[in-house]
Amino acid sequence: METISVLEDRKNQIYRKGQDSFDISCEKKSLAGAVSQRACVFCGSRVVLYPIADALHLIHGPIGCASYTWDIRGALSSGPELHRMSFSTDLSETDIVFGGEKKLEKALFELIEEYEPKAAFVYCTCIVGIIGDDVEAVCKKVAAKVGIPVLPVHSEGFKGTKKDGYKAACDALFKLIELNRKPEKQIPLSINILGEFNIGGETWIIKEYYRRMGIEVVAVMTGDGRVAEVQSAHRACLNVVQCSGSLTYLAKDMEKAYGIPYIRVSYFGIEDTSDALYDVAAFFEDTPKIMERTKTLVQEEVKTILPELSALKKDLTGKRAAIYVGGAFKAFSLIKALKHLGMAVVLVGSQTGNKDDYALLREMCDPGTVILDDANPLELAKYVMEKDAHLFIGGVKERPIAYKLGIGFCDHNHERKIPLVGFEGMENFAREVHETVTSPVWDLVPRKAFNRAISKKG
Amino acid sequence: MLLRHTNKEIKPRKALTVNPAKTCQPIGAMYASLGIHNCLPHSHGSQGCCAYHRSALTRHFREPVMAATSSFTEGSSVFGGQANLVQAINTIFTTYEPDIIAVHTTCLSETIGDDVNQIAIKAVKDGKVPEGKHVIHASTPSYVGSHVTGFSNMTKAMAMYFSKSTGTPNGKFNIIPGYVEPSDMAEIKRLVKGMGITPILFPDTSNVLNGPMTGKYNMYPDGGVTAEELTATGDSIGTIALGATASADAARALDTRWKVPCQVQDLPIGLGATDRFIDALRKAAGVSVPDSITGERGQLLDIITDMHQYFYGKKVALAGDPDHLIPLVEFLLSIDMMPVHIVTGTPGKNFEKRIREMTDHLPYPVNVKAGGDLFQLHQWIKNEPVDLLMANTYGKYMAKDDDIPFVRMGFPILDRVGHSYFPTVCYKGGIRLLEKILDALLDRLDRDAPEESFELVL
Repeated sequence: METISVLEDRKNQIYRKGQDSFDISCEKKSLAGAVSQRACVFCGSRVVLYPIADALHLIHGPIGCASYTWDIRGALSSGPELHRMSFSTDLSETDIVFGGEKKLEKALFELIEEYEPKAAFVYCTCIVGIIGDDVEAVCKKVAAKVGIPVLPVHSEGFKGTKKDGYKAACDALFKLIELNRKPEKQIPLSINILGEFNIGGETWIIKEYYRRMGIEVVAVMTGDGRVAEVQSAHRACLNVVQCSGSLTYLAKDMEKAYGIPYIRVSYFGIEDTSDALYDVAAFFEDTPKIMERTKTLVQEEVKTILPELSALKKDLTGKRAAIYVGGAFKAFSLIKALKHLGMAVVLVGSQTGNKDDYALLREMCDPGTVILDDANPLELAKYVMEKDAHLFIGGVKERPIAYKLGIGFCDHNHERKIPLVGFEGMENFAREVHETVTSPVWDLVPRKAFNRAISKKG
Repeated sequence: MLLRHTNKEIKPRKALTVNPAKTCQPIGAMYASLGIHNCLPHSHGSQGCCAYHRSALTRHFREPVMAATSSFTEGSSVFGGQANLVQAINTIFTTYEPDIIAVHTTCLSETIGDDVNQIAIKAVKDGKVPEGKHVIHASTPSYVGSHVTGFSNMTKAMAMYFSKSTGTPNGKFNIIPGYVEPSDMAEIKRLVKGMGITPILFPDTSNVLNGPMTGKYNMYPDGGVTAEELTATGDSIGTIALGATASADAARALDTRWKVPCQVQDLPIGLGATDRFIDALRKAAGVSVPDSITGERGQLLDIITDMHQYFYGKKVALAGDPDHLIPLVEFLLSIDMMPVHIVTGTPGKNFEKRIREMTDHLPYPVNVKAGGDLFQLHQWIKNEPVDLLMANTYGKYMAKDDDIPFVRMGFPILDRVGHSYFPTVCYKGGIRLLEKILDALLDRLDRDAPEESFELVL
């Protein structure tokens, strides 16, 4: 680990603020042979649609795609839990030769009869795209007989990146709304929450804020989601989109089709949560009471958490953090939240950021910060060591790397167990960061030797 | 009631798998490849496969898991993945510098008909494989068999690629441990060495996926079978394959090619199977069993006799891989427990036959199914309740819903540690297995005991 070369072809996907001229290359397929941390189209669709708890989610393909996505993302439901079961057509060799349409049709009839879901999503995996099953036709046929929406999700893994999977999921959601599109009245003072998946109960926190502001939430897509709510989404006044990549496509489609405007927000950190709520309140400026209530809400909430944040900040000031997350939008919020805790961000990267995202990241970061697109573990380890970070924020594949290096870790991805959104989420986040960064276990690590090695290198 | 969707009424299901008890071939191939020293596994398919396998293995072992991917695009799935794989080989050798790349295929690359052997030959011809480095490969279509099949195919591939015969026996013994934990592989090695035999154990993930924390990140940990050892397998005096499903193919291939006599034994889980393994070693290598091993056997037997009154008549439901379940059922029967429901997700007739041979004479009915799923197991449990459930982590839904004492065993274990550090094979592993079973049963006894019969001494 003394020297780690960076892939020649990847040099443009890495940027060091203050050292390189800024022209980061992004939004491209990973280099073949790279140990990329990225996933596929199916993965993108699956994570977006999965939280709809009263729908049937049938994965059409060999067993693996169903096994690897069986209840791994803690998207909580307050009612039905059909989404936590794993249904697969489990295609075998003969199905590959003769096609899987009949099996799919049978599976759909069996499952819909048994569980009476409110809608069914059929996820196409790589193989379905290759053997040419007409999933669209099967879905139509089944839907006509059973009388519920049966929607194909065109998520063949090789057809792009995770982002394309978000788009496929948005297409399915849009179709679901379209199927119910009756000339129904708009619901006054109402919004849809998009790109919020109720990990650890986060949807419930945000919904409660809006309730206190006097705003009705028509549909959440898709945290604690229900088919009927999604199908009423066209009646809302505003789409409030969280999470940069995933549901902006749907917001754009709905703007075009129903004239519903959208705003992009983030609920991570005090600043961003306040901004989000104020932005929504400002949209309903004709009802000034909403803004008044929002101001009270923000004041109360901030007042509640500030004492603990200040106490935690004392220990965290001057500590260094590395961030590697899926969407760049999350990175923006994390940088702000970490700054709030007195921490410096020394590395930041994403799997799916675009040029604008990276330009904004550059503006937000201090000189010397490393900015990465689609990083591999060697690069991450190299810069984490070089920058002597105390904390790594990432997902499942990054966790053991951070631990091997002997630094703290915070999961800001699917596997987080406590809610990190909103004001109480900021408090949880600060506690989690504090717990891991100040943990005495790092004193047990042969870390001093490791630091000496670094300083020799520098 | 997480599994409120499991109903008691059992209907035939042909077209689908619900809550799988298996996953697909490539992850088994990836796990096997990690058991070669200085080897980078490579997934020839979409990016998602590789990401899912790495995440699943990371969750199970809590260690960094490295693997590269061909990152298929729509273009490669039409025109073939040759260009991707050749580029990948080049990228990997120049950047990540392994000695060996172990390529496995996916449903996608298999179905479009990529000939990985030809591509590997072309890569050598084009000078993409540096002198002294190797590209090995296995065909692992996801729509055939299960993760165990993939493990078997890659194990066979490593033996076939490297093994040579010099005509002079080297006095060593090939041991193929099968799809078990790194701790199990280490324990098998320890026991074989204890018999005075020098083993070549392959694959060997001990010290790869249960390595120490050093404060450094090593892409290639210390463990793993070396290329030299694999080469020498052709000169060994014999091969013992542990488990017909995961290990027999590689052993038979060495027998056919180099006349290294092979025998297929059950995985040494429990007293009887370990006895047979030790006896096979003794006979094949012409050695005697040292007192230390006889002593370990005596300790296992001692615990069995000490605690047998708590095993009597306890009904057990089991899910897992065929090679684990066959000796486990034998073990449970030998200590007077009643395995009544037995499911493996891996298809194959031999499994049901072996279980039937062991259970046909019993005075109670036994449900057994190869190619089954956990939904079916749960239905069986609802019809005929059990006192103990042994399965991978996914068993916890059933355990919670039906309040069943639960012992985690197999792959994956996503919610507990220890499995990669403590063996369940051989005599020592048998002791640990009994400890776990007893803990589960006696904790339940204590929990449910009315105050007047709550006993201090058990």
